[in-house]
Amino acid sequence: MKPRAIIALAASAALLAAGMAGCGGGSDSGSKGGSATRTLTYWASNQGRSIEQDKQVLGPELRKFQQQTGIKVNLEVIGWPDLLNRILAATSSGQGPDVLNVGNTWSASLQATGAFKDFDDATLAKVGGKARFIPSTLTSTGVAGKPPQFVPIYGLAYGLFYNKKLFKEAGISGAPQTWQQLVDDAKKLTKPDKGQYGVAILGASYTEGAHFAFMFGLQNGAKLFQGGAPGFDSPQMVAGVKQYLDLLATDKVVNPSDAEYVNDSQYLKDFAKDKAGMLMIQSYATAGVKENGMKDSDYGVAPIPLPDPLPAGGQRVTSHVAGINIGVFKNSKNTDGALKLVNFLTSPDEQKILNARYGTLPVAQAAYSDPRFQTPQTKIFQQVLANTSVTMPMIPEEAQFETLVGNSVKELIADAAAGKPVTEQTIKDKLTAADKKMQSGG
Amino acid sequence: MSRTVAAPAVDTSTPGGERRPPAHHGGRAGRRFRRAALPYVLLIPALVFELAIHIVPMLVGAWMSLLHLTQFFIRNWTAAPYAGLANYRVAVDLNGPVGSDLLHSFFVTAGVTSLSLAGCWLLGLTAAVLLQKSFRGRAALRTLFLVPYALPLFTAVITWRFMFQRDTGIVNAVLGDQLHIMSGHPFWLLGGRSFVALVIVEIWRQWPFAFLTLTAGLQSIPTDLYEAADIDGAGFMRRLRTITLPMLRPVNGVLLLVLFLWIFNDFNTAYILFDRPPGAADVISIHIYNASFLTWNFGQGSAMSVLLLGFLLIVTTAYLLAGRRRLRHA
Amino acid sequence: MREPRWLRWARVLILTALTVFTVVPLYVMAGSSVKPLVDVQGAFRWAPSRITFQPFVDMWTTVPLARYFVNSLIVSLAATVCSVTLAILAGYAVSRYRFAGRGTFLTGVLSTQMFPGILFLLPLFLIFVNIDRYTGIQLYASRLGLTITYLTFSLPFAIWLVAGYFDTIPRELDEAARVDGAGPIRTLVRVVLPVAAPGIVAVAIYAFITAWGEVLFASVLTDENTRTLAVGLRAYANQAQVYWNQVMAASLVISAPVVLAFLALQRYLVQGLTAGAVKS
Repeated sequence: MKPRAIIALAASAALLAAGMAGCGGGSDSGSKGGSATRTLTYWASNQGRSIEQDKQVLGPELRKFQQQTGIKVNLEVIGWPDLLNRILAATSSGQGPDVLNVGNTWSASLQATGAFKDFDDATLAKVGGKARFIPSTLTSTGVAGKPPQFVPIYGLAYGLFYNKKLFKEAGISGAPQTWQQLVDDAKKLTKPDKGQYGVAILGASYTEGAHFAFMFGLQNGAKLFQGGAPGFDSPQMVAGVKQYLDLLATDKVVNPSDAEYVNDSQYLKDFAKDKAGMLMIQSYATAGVKENGMKDSDYGVAPIPLPDPLPAGGQRVTSHVAGINIGVFKNSKNTDGALKLVNFLTSPDEQKILNARYGTLPVAQAAYSDPRFQTPQTKIFQQVLANTSVTMPMIPEEAQFETLVGNSVKELIADAAAGKPVTEQTIKDKLTAADKKMQSGG
Repeated sequence: MSRTVAAPAVDTSTPGGERRPPAHHGGRAGRRFRRAALPYVLLIPALVFELAIHIVPMLVGAWMSLLHLTQFFIRNWTAAPYAGLANYRVAVDLNGPVGSDLLHSFFVTAGVTSLSLAGCWLLGLTAAVLLQKSFRGRAALRTLFLVPYALPLFTAVITWRFMFQRDTGIVNAVLGDQLHIMSGHPFWLLGGRSFVALVIVEIWRQWPFAFLTLTAGLQSIPTDLYEAADIDGAGFMRRLRTITLPMLRPVNGVLLLVLFLWIFNDFNTAYILFDRPPGAADVISIHIYNASFLTWNFGQGSAMSVLLLGFLLIVTTAYLLAGRRRLRHA
Repeated sequence: MREPRWLRWARVLILTALTVFTVVPLYVMAGSSVKPLVDVQGAFRWAPSRITFQPFVDMWTTVPLARYFVNSLIVSLAATVCSVTLAILAGYAVSRYRFAGRGTFLTGVLSTQMFPGILFLLPLFLIFVNIDRYTGIQLYASRLGLTITYLTFSLPFAIWLVAGYFDTIPRELDEAARVDGAGPIRTLVRVVLPVAAPGIVAVAIYAFITAWGEVLFASVLTDENTRTLAVGLRAYANQAQVYWNQVMAASLVISAPVVLAFLALQRYLVQGLTAGAVKS
């Protein structure tokens, strides 16, 4: 090759390299400055309506933290679709934040990676001790019998939202007290010719499917993950799933179109536009209902009613322990500072401010003294969270559980909506398949 | 690369395939070496990137398929215990739930691929042949038919997702309410019809590529062939059978293979159309993605991917060999 | 020769059907983007009840589409430039030289087309995070990493196309330049490339479209700051299912520049493919 040719090649290579360097400049996670103990990186989950709003809510609080402790916090708010992949990247590379939020149902799965710091009693004491938290919220922080690796930060619970206007039109005086009443009320509210239905559900959301299968299964006396068996296809689980499906399949109080619904905006709209009388949804929905043009006085909230009498062995469960946990990454170079931040964010004062902004429930008992949480609606959610919530199974394979059971429910809903018969046998067949997959997948 | 230096039989100074004496006689050995190295130097950048992004990760993936790489070991994945062929045994155990699901997904993918492939090729060929002869508006139609190919994949698929909505979509409105071809409003994105929906979207997306390639192929057929056929008085069908199709054979060879691989491996269309495809549209790439990224069981997912690669390798090799033999006999 | 009547009718019928098949989704996208919200929340209607451009205003505030747009543009353009450059170099070697390993290289490169993306997604991800860990070069969640990934997606086919196109260029041109004393690279740049422009444009279009529409790798290898349109719009569509008019407006805005550029350059595509793909 002639020298000139070599120069030309080298030049084009350099050009290429420059071009690519130009496209570098990506994100800067700021996690590499771990050596400085005066800074922390915090990955917050997206709790507000947008990531921008989250930054506005958390920014001033984190500055307050800096004034108190002298530790600067680099905040990154991560949307839910990314969060698990980002944690995966952090876990497999060891390059992560100091402090991070996780969905509380992931706790046991993430605990299995060993990437997070244990909250043993001594550590827990540094963040206010066990007594600070509502006991039920502590059940969803990790595998039972092991020191948890997370503590709760935001609480959520299911409740029954009902449209007062539609209730009044149908001559129903108040929230249903039993499941049978709910079904009866829903029938009165259902007027397919007007496009009006008793209950709206998120039929295509597998997580919703898993939550309701879990809650209603427990009401019917199901026992999951005991003695090494998943127990998805026990008669009690089948009865629980059927209780949910019958709303659509037998009682026909759900619009078949709901089988396609995957996100809140779809059924919140139906509820606010008087197309659905009732919703079973988590507490954060108060904000969404308002956005859709409903005043606080237009709707009521009650616990999801239980079957009466409760089937043999049934538990009084009206929600799973929903919410967000916070943890400390083991690779953090500033564990003390990280724990200070956890302590700060879970302190009653901050709990008041943050949960009020997000429409979530404080996990610190003392925060409820605040008048903002004395509204009838919040009180109901608080009671549900404290008294009738059970944590989703805290097992490393929780994701499989939600996927398998949730997808079974989703498929059954699609069948029911298409007019195919949904019987105990078809439900059992689906759940047996899910059960088998669970056993072999682990 | 080392063996290339010791390849004296290869004449690099000659452009083209024919052997001719080197242009510069008696060049010094170093110079000759540099000239011999030139094609390799030109290939190196491409090679480096392909190795870095495709080959090395693929080998790593193959190795991972031999490990129990679950969330317990993701933090230190080199410590994941060696699993031997355990992941493969689970994947091919057709009586087990994982294996039978994988097989189901494989059949779904094969069905989607063969129907889409046939559809794309037929539409592409028909349009290319019908637009072979010049007429007014031909250029406009050619351009129009290429638009779906130019449309960014995700906007096209999102539009179809809207069209397939049960209550607000155009498909039910037109087929059910306006043309009365169907009764009622079925779900297209749930249950059995999702398969049909996926095939339709795949065809809509990919047929322009077949059309484009076949149009290009038609243009390279010498016109005197057709002129000779005209003199013989050959009709449309006979010209199609005796000239067009045989002349398109080499183009078809590449086109069908490329389309097959693209559709079989297509993750994007079903992912955007359904998010989580129902059973009837559970194509294999999404199936494997869910098997690994949702549960963090990457060993299992890798084993499934390797099996998939093995299948594609066999099909491709067989196809290429068959094509070569046919050419030789032709 | 005169066409029989059936053929003329068949042509009209089939071409009309294909036109409808092609146009309806395009119409739905464009038509729905100017509909008020009530129109897209009820049963489908062909014409908007009234025309509004509000969706085009609202869509920018719902998600940071502008940032996604910039990310997509940077990554796709960079990947295109890199891919085309590499393909030209490699294609020139393949077309103009006969060397040991040539066939292996061609088959090997094309065979990467059949690798299921899912097979090397996770390893690539792990390799990226580990490169970051040990060298500090950020590839995961950076535009650089995505650019490198995308360039390799279009590269194999691009090399084939370019090589095929170069094959159609008479070697006498090279030799004439060589006689004038030009080296191989100079010959490539000064003589071959100008003639090959249509083929190069075709390859560039292909590379750009490949990068612009990719979802799987973008959804795993990017974060909020480097998110591309493909992932952003999908998340948007999932989020705002009831605001189909906004989603369609966003789709239209994202599609328009690409489609227009494509239409402007499409004659090169046919030319380039005629010479390239067909020969190889």
